[in-house]
Amino acid sequence: MMLALYSNPKWLSVVRGTVERLTETLGFPIAQCRSITRAVDEALTNIVRHSYGNRLDQPIAMYFRSAQRRHDGQVQQGLEILLCDRGPAVDPCKLHGRSLDEIRPGGLGLHFIRQAMDTVEFTRKGPTNRLRLVKYLAQGNNAL
Amino acid sequence: MQISVRRNDKTTIFDFSGDIDFASSPVVRDSVLREIRESHTPRVAVNLSQVRYIDSSGVASLVEGLKASRDLGSRFILFGLSRPAREVLQLSRLIKVFEIYDNEEQAMDS
Repeated sequence: MMLALYSNPKWLSVVRGTVERLTETLGFPIAQCRSITRAVDEALTNIVRHSYGNRLDQPIAMYFRSAQRRHDGQVQQGLEILLCDRGPAVDPCKLHGRSLDEIRPGGLGLHFIRQAMDTVEFTRKGPTNRLRLVKYLAQGNNAL
Repeated sequence: MQISVRRNDKTTIFDFSGDIDFASSPVVRDSVLREIRESHTPRVAVNLSQVRYIDSSGVASLVEGLKASRDLGSRFILFGLSRPAREVLQLSRLIKVFEIYDNEEQAMDS
């Protein structure tokens, strides 16, 4: 599945609805559906804010596909989500969430993303920033 | 996201409902900060019972409200946390930073 959208925050709720239904359909537990949805929402928000500087008309592409890994001798199914934008290259050093010991606004988005997903990888390919998020189903959940 | 405001002489209650995300959190932030800084209300309470989703920018708005209240010596209270709101405050380890009550009655009696 693929979604193409512009960097207008009004689309965030549409994407959340889509991701929530998708993860439910794939058999993720409800709490994980919420956390994966939150991770995608925070990642999109970061693109809008930091990659595109709050411009509303810039392109974002999202690809959803199945993923697999071997874990404890068994094949584990999962969902891979790739978010692509054409903003300036991101300094990987800036992709660290802040310490949760600080009580201040901001810096929580990356923390939510890392808490929710098994894999969080950022790469730059040509003019495109690519954020790859993967979440695997626990053993026994094989709706994928 | 919808906001309604109730006021009496010592307390202002904000009832937020729906999704607080990057699109709507600036309104939350501005409403809360204006009440604290300009109206100088001694107690600002935020009802989160009808909040279906809150992202990190929404949490940041609440933290700003808390800090502004502390700076001015007023109180900033959350009550009736919906499951999504509670989950996010727990994830961010801010659940113990805020003054939180189960419902409006408890919040008003505090």
